[in-house]
Amino acid sequence: MVKDQDYLKKTASFCVDLAKKLGATGVTAIVINSISETVNFRNKKLDESDRSDSWAVALETYIGKKKSSITSSNLSENNIKTLIERCIETTKITPEDEFNSLPDKDLLATKIIDLNLYDDDHISNEEKIEYLKEVEEAAFEKKEITNTETSFSESKSNFILASSDGFLNGHKSSSFSASCVTVAKNANNKMERDYEFTDTCHLCDMLKPNQIGTLAAKRTIQKLNPQKIESEKISVIFDRRISKGILSVFASAISASSIARGTSFLKDKINEDVFSPSINIVDKPNIVKGLGSRYFDAEGVKMEELKLVEQGVLKHYLVDTYNGKKLNLRSNGRSGGTSNLYFEKGSISYRDLLKLNNRALYITETIGHGNNLVTGDYSVGATGFMVENGIFKHPVSEITIAGNFKDMFKNITLADDLEFKYSTNAPTMLIEGMVVAGK
Amino acid sequence: MSDFFTKTDLSRKDVENIISDTLNKCDDGELYLEDSKSESILLDDNKIKSSNYSSDLGYGLRAVTGEVVAYSHSNEISKNSLKQSSDNLQSTLKSKKGIYNNEIPKTNEKFYKDVNPIEEKSLNSKLELLKEVNNYTRAKGGIVQQVTASFAGEHKSVEIIRSGGEVLTDVRPLIRFNVSVMLEKNGKKETGVYGIGGRQSYDEYLKDDNWKKVCDEAFRIASVNLDSKPAPAGEMKVVLGPGWPAILIHEAIGHGLEGDFNRKKTSAFHDLMGQRVASEGVTIVDDGTLHNRRGSLTIDDEGTPTEKTVLIENGILKNFMQDRLNARLMNTRSTGNGRRESYKHVVLPRMRNTMMLNGKYSQEEMIKSVDKGIFAVSFGGGQVDITSGKFVFNCTEAYEIINGKIGSPIKGATLIGDGPSILKEVSLVGNNMMLDPGIGTCGKAGQGVPVGVAQPSILIDKMTVGGTQL
Repeated sequence: MVKDQDYLKKTASFCVDLAKKLGATGVTAIVINSISETVNFRNKKLDESDRSDSWAVALETYIGKKKSSITSSNLSENNIKTLIERCIETTKITPEDEFNSLPDKDLLATKIIDLNLYDDDHISNEEKIEYLKEVEEAAFEKKEITNTETSFSESKSNFILASSDGFLNGHKSSSFSASCVTVAKNANNKMERDYEFTDTCHLCDMLKPNQIGTLAAKRTIQKLNPQKIESEKISVIFDRRISKGILSVFASAISASSIARGTSFLKDKINEDVFSPSINIVDKPNIVKGLGSRYFDAEGVKMEELKLVEQGVLKHYLVDTYNGKKLNLRSNGRSGGTSNLYFEKGSISYRDLLKLNNRALYITETIGHGNNLVTGDYSVGATGFMVENGIFKHPVSEITIAGNFKDMFKNITLADDLEFKYSTNAPTMLIEGMVVAGK
Repeated sequence: MSDFFTKTDLSRKDVENIISDTLNKCDDGELYLEDSKSESILLDDNKIKSSNYSSDLGYGLRAVTGEVVAYSHSNEISKNSLKQSSDNLQSTLKSKKGIYNNEIPKTNEKFYKDVNPIEEKSLNSKLELLKEVNNYTRAKGGIVQQVTASFAGEHKSVEIIRSGGEVLTDVRPLIRFNVSVMLEKNGKKETGVYGIGGRQSYDEYLKDDNWKKVCDEAFRIASVNLDSKPAPAGEMKVVLGPGWPAILIHEAIGHGLEGDFNRKKTSAFHDLMGQRVASEGVTIVDDGTLHNRRGSLTIDDEGTPTEKTVLIENGILKNFMQDRLNARLMNTRSTGNGRRESYKHVVLPRMRNTMMLNGKYSQEEMIKSVDKGIFAVSFGGGQVDITSGKFVFNCTEAYEIINGKIGSPIKGATLIGDGPSILKEVSLVGNNMMLDPGIGTCGKAGQGVPVGVAQPSILIDKMTVGGTQL
């Protein structure tokens, strides 16, 4: 069982009080406990079981405008005392920074509406194994599948955030997830790999095991016998697995820290057209059972729904207290990033999006870290399919796709197939005029 | 060395008994204890942005039988907690039968000193040095828009207790110094990043003001990129510079030669042992024994002494990298590659310092031989799909080559290739092998571990460059 709220509150308050006693003028403490149990299966046999019980405390102390921090997983009272003493000593010799500050008190979250983020159900390892057996059996129904790796993980966690301004709140959350990775072989022993998964707050919302296995197998087999294509300028369609990544890049580029440091291609773009006029982007923290749902941010600041982009125009940065002070903006509760971030769905169906161009490249996976937030340049390795007149022709691999986000954002068309499978979600996305490097 | 059982309700004897009871009828396993202290200080935007100290303590109890691994970890070292872990393991492995393998090689060699880099240099002097770094770098001119500089130090004590009470210990220092510079000229912004590090104290690494070289290098890379033009797109010849570009070998070849992927037959290399996988003249080793290097280890995280493992010799595949589990199942021995990020993670076969050894050609000869291609000097991160063998990495400094001469710098582009075939495309191997500056962290299955790479310059006959210029 994860530690209860009272226990965590006691520990967090102990840390805050001790730091204050030792001379801190401001303190925040986060205490987290999480327990997770995972079972991994491979080729219809048990491969690994893993139980994790972890505890951690993270503390920030302020003396005036000086700040320092510690983290620890060694929660013996003695160790905590030594660490807090060390933190205070470090704070004293760290130079002042005029923007260091606890959040404005009037912004702290006070009302907590229950978003149903915790499910007390427990599923035993035996039951996890039964689920995974069904996943793998479904995957192995296809003869091309030679290898499966599946995993079922259950985790429960609880945390408390406490500050010297009297904030003392936190909540339990739960997660149930299962995944299936399959490998398929062609006649020449060339292999491809793909996957499917389910990740939910509540046990009852998980996908059925056979759905996961069947989909993973189907996706993997589709990828067999890929071709490399010629280098050319072409429209690229991003599968929902990949289109959400474009949204994550956007979120990083509008974080107040990148803006304040001047290292984002979206600096000074508030109230300017950044996307095509059909695009709206929302960050909504209060979705019931939402994977990214939160009541308050990492500093205790209340989170409200933000329409980050309206009809293509950038309306907000993601602002935390420190960088907000630097930019002369108030925190909008985004210390620690976005919550449930999504593109509002487009007006065209998935089928029609595929047919929008005579030829298009449909991308299902990208590899590499080719996002440059300073310049907006984008270049990543990709695998996918050639699409002609709306029909999938053949798999494609060992190519790259490249462009610049500033142009790409203005050439986006979205399908109407938005679903909430991750904390950041996007419908299938078409971007015109990208450069593919192949042969 | 930490004593993990003072101030607990456990005696060493209790612990040994729990371990022996748990691992009875298992093939392998151990109790892994870890006490790590780390410190990071970051200067950014002319200010000390953060100073953090972290203290982590915990254990991981592992039991292995056949192909099955049962693992339980916690940061509460107590009788109750250890007993709970033991019960958890026994419930997973209840119907299993194995014979415990007591054999583990011994070593007296150490590849780094028992220093604590965090305590060895005072916080004040580290803060002062960061300020000096900031001033020195900003003094290079008005085009410097942003400077970020950081120190990260770690001191990790590990103890491995095996069934029967055998104890193996190691104390591992690790430091890293990093500088990132952003320049702006005529409305164009570019960044340059450089860093150094290893298993050493700060003073040994930063003596004689050689931190200035790190600043100079970050500034130089950013300056080069200010004058860069869009990269070409398509297949062409690529010359890789010496040192850090060996990340290509790490991604393209290294991961595919890790024991687990080959036992599971998911690596493109699994059926190629003894066969030609690279051009003649290409020899690749994975070496954990280089003194003070970032990827070096005296013993791995199962207690096996590390070694220099020959992976590919003159183009022929010779060995995979093994931990104890995969070695046992593949009827071979552990090569000392069993590693884990921390007590929270299971052991996996991982790389240490992965190096391509010298050939006989000069870099000049390589560049002269190229009519149209690119010269890639430095890279950011890379990634590989083990199963299909496709890998990528991103250039952070690269130039076009036209008619045997180095031309303009080109913008960061992704290079993509096919792991199993890329080494057959290596036509010339240079004579200028260099180690990387000590900055690599390798990610696998959500675990990050410090690694090193090295290579001489090499000429690759055909690779796809992912630029925007058709």
